[in-house]
Amino acid sequence: MGYPHKPHPKETVVLSQYFGDADARTIKGWTKRGGYEALSQALKMDPVAVTDVVKESGLRGRGGAGFPTGLKWSFMPKEKKKAHYLCVNADESEPGTFKDREIMRWTPHALLEGTAIAAHAIRAEIAYIYIRGEFTEPWMIMSRALEEANAAGVFGSIKIYLHRGAGAYICGEETALMNSLEGKRGNPRIKPPFPAAAGLFGLPTTINNVETLAAVPHIVKRGAAWYKGLCLSNPKSTGTKLFSVCGHVQRPGNYEVTMGFPLKALLYDMCGGPPAGRTLKACIPGGSSVPILTREETEACLLDYEGVVAQGSMLGSGGVIVFDDSADMVYQIMRLAKFYAHESCAQCTQCREGTAWTTKIMERILAGQGKTTDLDLLLDLSENMTGKTICVLSDSCAAPIVSGIKKFRGEFEAYLAGNRQPVLVG
Amino acid sequence: MSQRVSQTEDHQPVFAGKVLEELQTVLQRYPNKQAALLPALWIAQREHGWISDRIMAEVAEVLGVTPAYVKGVVTFYTMYHQHPVGKNFVQVCTTSPCNICGAEGVVKALLAQTGAGDAGATSPDGKWTIVEVECLGACGFATPILVNDDFIESVTPEKVPEIVRKYR
Repeated sequence: MGYPHKPHPKETVVLSQYFGDADARTIKGWTKRGGYEALSQALKMDPVAVTDVVKESGLRGRGGAGFPTGLKWSFMPKEKKKAHYLCVNADESEPGTFKDREIMRWTPHALLEGTAIAAHAIRAEIAYIYIRGEFTEPWMIMSRALEEANAAGVFGSIKIYLHRGAGAYICGEETALMNSLEGKRGNPRIKPPFPAAAGLFGLPTTINNVETLAAVPHIVKRGAAWYKGLCLSNPKSTGTKLFSVCGHVQRPGNYEVTMGFPLKALLYDMCGGPPAGRTLKACIPGGSSVPILTREETEACLLDYEGVVAQGSMLGSGGVIVFDDSADMVYQIMRLAKFYAHESCAQCTQCREGTAWTTKIMERILAGQGKTTDLDLLLDLSENMTGKTICVLSDSCAAPIVSGIKKFRGEFEAYLAGNRQPVLVG
Repeated sequence: MSQRVSQTEDHQPVFAGKVLEELQTVLQRYPNKQAALLPALWIAQREHGWISDRIMAEVAEVLGVTPAYVKGVVTFYTMYHQHPVGKNFVQVCTTSPCNICGAEGVVKALLAQTGAGDAGATSPDGKWTIVEVECLGACGFATPILVNDDFIESVTPEKVPEIVRKYR
């Protein structure tokens, strides 16, 4: 993606308006562009009124689950008896997703402003922004922006701190993130209690994704009706969404479109389609944790929460991974399972054993040593990995395996029948 | 037998003087000391290069937890070095999106041209450690690598010689 950012004419530019514009990173440049106006407006409002605006806008969590943001905020205790916390999930690690990184790199004040508004809405004194350890550049830019904003005193009594992760995908799971912030191993917690009742340090906590919070200042400033109007298909999915497109396309990068935009137009018109001479084979539309779509499903898919479900997958984080006809789906699905095996926190047996064994079985198939019963074995294991663990990492490993075997069974069978050159995995 | 203790493993405490002051500032952000464990380990690694048993014991003492507890946390996260690493610690993303864009070739080129030999090993001159890591969160800029704290996007095998020259 080239900078300065030249959006494609079909993009709806809201969050990405200042991507590539270094001046917008400074507080001076940000306020010149109308930044922090929404915050001063929100700080004059009652917290409940701020929550209501966000509720009315239809904004849903952009981290993957798509839970209505205003509703989540309203779960915080009505009567404030203890300290409240806000956690910002900037532990972006879902394979295929790289949108939060871009928000932090180019518009750090947008995130800080959204964070402060959210903290006000849930009546939190302290907000922690948990940034993954590998994001060294976003960390530096966020630190500088926070320093500037603190010096300008824009947050009132709200305190915002950055907290650096140390390399663990699972810390993107909300309760694992809280454990990590408390100085513990990043093991997800059993729910209930939910964070709004007992979250960080056992106190009422709300956790939101970076992209979700970056949208909040726009909603406060331009109104819920404006945001609700950004909708091309299902009224339950509103606003714009950043889609990170990677893999076999000519122009990978972040693209911002209105909810309900066709995936086909995103991949072909905006990203230039697969490399010359290649055709699209498969696509994972919402980060590696969601089921794989075939070419037909991809080309029929509308990009909103309901549209992707209608094709048998999920919108997830909006990380779109594209595979052309040169991709070996058996190898790619094995590689995804290997990722989950590496990232399992190992608390639950189904996940610890399941992610490792499914990887090994697929490695065996690739090596030409597979047994005819292996596909049934993989499906059986996947069933035991779904809906049976504390968090959904195990389910996320099973999703591409089950959908992969269903949709690309022929590729698995070719290895099993010895019709394909074996691949030794190092 | 005289040179068994490496120069980096001396017995000077890490948390003293300015570094201790830095930790005190960090502690003010949290309601208890334990929450400062990850930041404290980051500071220790920056000062010492890696997290040795002695460092873990020191961190434990400063934060009022046991050394075993600290070890449990250190071993959970991949970014704390439990052994000394080369001057240039290189993390290469090899997860699916980068894999299909040729990450394997980048790893091979780095291993060959730095003399590190194997992933995870350190080159004989002590300058390079190359590791394969899972998703670095920059899939549209395949293949991303981290050389120490420098994040480099869109690395191809052809660009490796220049990177190796720059950091050598």
